[in-house]
Amino acid sequence: MLTVEDVQLSFGGVKALSGVSVEAAKGRITAVIGPNGAGKTSLFNVISGFYKPQSGRVVLDGEDITRLKPHARAYRGMSRTFQNIALFSGMTVLDNVKLGAHTRLTGGVLSSGLRLPSSRREEAELDAEIRRDVLGMLELDRVQNSHVEDLPYGLQKRVELARALVMRPKILLLDEPVAGMNREEKREMGRFVTDVRDRLNTTVLLIEHDMGMVMGISDHIVVLSFGKPIASGTPERIRQDPDVIKAYLGGAEDAADDKAA
Amino acid sequence: MNAFHFFIEYSIVGIASGGVYALIALGIVVIFKSSQTFNFAMGEMMMLSAYLFYTAAVTFSLGILAGMVAALLGSIVLALVIERVALRPMMGRPFIAIVMVTFGIGSIIRGVVGMIWGPNDLQIPAILARTPVLIGDFFIPGKTARAAAIAVCIVLALILYLRYSRAGVALRAAAADTITAASMGIDVRRVVAFTWVIAAITGCISGVLMANVNTLTPHLGVVALNVLAVIILGGMNSIGGVLVAGVIIGWLEAVTGLILGTEFREITPYILALLVLLVRPTGLFGSRGIERI
Amino acid sequence: MVSDVEAPVRGTTSSGLSRQRLLMAAGLVVLLALPLFVPRYWVFFAGLLGINIIATHGLNIMMGYTGLLSLGHAAFLGVGAYTVALAQIHLGLPFWLAIPLAGVSAAIVGVGFGLPSLRIRGLYLVIATLAAQFILNFVFVHWQSVTNGDVGLTVQPASVFGFPLNNETRVYYLILAVTVFMTVFGMNVINSRVGRAFVAIRERDLTAQVLGVEIVGYKLIAFALGSFYAGIAGGLLAYFNRFVNPEQFGLLLSVFFLSAVIVGGMGSMLGAVLGAVFMTLLPEALREGALAVGTTIGFDMATILVPLRETVFGLLIVCFLILEPRGLAHLWKRLRQRSHHPGG
Repeated sequence: MLTVEDVQLSFGGVKALSGVSVEAAKGRITAVIGPNGAGKTSLFNVISGFYKPQSGRVVLDGEDITRLKPHARAYRGMSRTFQNIALFSGMTVLDNVKLGAHTRLTGGVLSSGLRLPSSRREEAELDAEIRRDVLGMLELDRVQNSHVEDLPYGLQKRVELARALVMRPKILLLDEPVAGMNREEKREMGRFVTDVRDRLNTTVLLIEHDMGMVMGISDHIVVLSFGKPIASGTPERIRQDPDVIKAYLGGAEDAADDKAA
Repeated sequence: MNAFHFFIEYSIVGIASGGVYALIALGIVVIFKSSQTFNFAMGEMMMLSAYLFYTAAVTFSLGILAGMVAALLGSIVLALVIERVALRPMMGRPFIAIVMVTFGIGSIIRGVVGMIWGPNDLQIPAILARTPVLIGDFFIPGKTARAAAIAVCIVLALILYLRYSRAGVALRAAAADTITAASMGIDVRRVVAFTWVIAAITGCISGVLMANVNTLTPHLGVVALNVLAVIILGGMNSIGGVLVAGVIIGWLEAVTGLILGTEFREITPYILALLVLLVRPTGLFGSRGIERI
Repeated sequence: MVSDVEAPVRGTTSSGLSRQRLLMAAGLVVLLALPLFVPRYWVFFAGLLGINIIATHGLNIMMGYTGLLSLGHAAFLGVGAYTVALAQIHLGLPFWLAIPLAGVSAAIVGVGFGLPSLRIRGLYLVIATLAAQFILNFVFVHWQSVTNGDVGLTVQPASVFGFPLNNETRVYYLILAVTVFMTVFGMNVINSRVGRAFVAIRERDLTAQVLGVEIVGYKLIAFALGSFYAGIAGGLLAYFNRFVNPEQFGLLLSVFFLSAVIVGGMGSMLGAVLGAVFMTLLPEALREGALAVGTTIGFDMATILVPLRETVFGLLIVCFLILEPRGLAHLWKRLRQRSHHPGG
């Protein structure tokens, strides 16, 4: 579904990514892991289109999207959450989630300003669909009219996931979905991510620090260290890989935010 | 006298008025460096300083020297009050909110000056001699030439001070990286207050000079808005670039005044600003930085 | 980014919605009947207020919802006003064509000034709008052959089927109709896909892009829409004052609308209305107050009214930004919550 081919990225001589290739297979959960500063966030920013790599390609569903702007990638079915919660405070859960449907709606200034039937219908259908499908699946129906800033952290992360899903993405990028969560919240989030794969058949690519979560839900794992891929395979293979063990020495349990990129 | 001769003469006069603009620009850029604040009230601070000078020197008959000292002190106190009361509470807020606060302060000062001193022009005591200065066969009006000389001296003195004094080092550290500077024991809030003092001084001197070259009116400060417009486009990173921008405005105003008519002087900086935006959307010297996401 | 603004608040329950509709209908009846029971002077005011509400909505759409600060709003009103005057003088256009044309021409001029700087973030747009303020005013003053300079242009009253709207009450109804339409239109836009994109850009433009919002395009839409509102307000102002001159559209008027948006509450439709009401009444209150004080202390306050206004506008901007950045709309909401939960 999504292929990253041999991407090189450097900032003023500092190499952030050198020769990274990742493939996210259709309908699977692929995880990218690595210690602090391994280049995970840089990789995500290349995939989303915020950074332009010096060389290499990003291919989505057979189309080279390396040069596309972030919003154009959204229109091609790429959706993403952020490591730090990127919800819009002051807005309700429902409105936040509706923002995710931007690419699916067509209303412009005139049609929505005049409340033409087309735009009214579109909004009503979206409301109904969100209530029926997304909020129910992520167990958010009871808080749909709350303001997002009033919700606990774990729920806010879930709202972000809901927003990313409303887009009906072909590929969903999750940037440290369980960072800063307690054990209970992590387990729930893990369940929701596998639900996304199993019930919606969405391809998921995630970067994560938390080894327990990654090992538990991923189908395929890629390990980065200092901007280079050092291993890839199933969770079982990765767990036994000597290079991975070395790179992670003492760092495996560290769930702190990966700020370096 | 041919057209070329006029052109050169106007150019020299323009560059000379640019000296005062450079002084204004310096006041704007130091505040920006310390706190990323664009001070839209710079012009009004200037204008108020000139009125303070007038009041001290004429109304209270203190004379020129004591009047200037009083105006400087008054301006500094005012700048510190503005910084403490209006800008410190805004730290960390979106930049457009901060811009609007300085814009609001400008409006307050304009109004207060209008209420106290009225809308009519005032004549301040002559500080600068009127005898014209001759460079080759080019005449420069005496006041303009002397104002430029004073402005340039003060700009140079301040640049040297900022380069070699402890305060200047602290400012550069704070400008480069606030958090690191704070961890090195630099009191960033004091640095910010210090830059407001610098701005008060440059504003006061440029205000009095401008009031001398022209007259003292509540519109005296409008030039600072022009200066601000151009230096934002020049890129706010380097003090040198900003000073050059100040001189360029002076020159352009004079030359467009000659070619298109004096009424065009007031909009020259804005036309320049729009042209620059069209050609180089990131500003003349600015570069697109890498942003953290 | 720290949020300084109210996002659109909805999710009203159906019973709340019908009550809201009832209230709105009642309000509309009161507004329609207004000229019957208040003095003419007040009708005049209501007309001015409507114009200010439209213009404030425009600035609020740009600044409050999308985060695009404009210091040249007054100049765009000017474009609308001159469009109406010139369309009437040279083309003989009726008001129902001239007013939309005023909006469109202001939007075009606005985009012309804004386009180069909307591509980039930061202060460039502020500078471009300041440039618009000064350059447009310069054009109004100096393009003598078209604008008649400082003297300005006279505008004939708008007429409906040959019936001239030539007094406060008649023009009031025109303004009322346009104000209601523009307010409802604005509310609809804000509560739609487009409005959500505006807020997304203001709050976190990176996230907005990931959600598929084309940043430059939507900034342009917001800027054009805001200028369009200014143009409509300016067009109405031309019919209201029946003359157009450059003095009406100076920097002070831009500061006036800036204050209205900030005082009312950025990013709130209700706030724009509250802000416009407050700011329209304020100069009157100031005048009455100052003159009253003036007579008691024996000083002719009339000479300082303009600077007094300037001072108070500035004070309001600064105080609200520091103390209550969400403005009157937020105070109003808190007041209502308190009245709903007494003792809570």
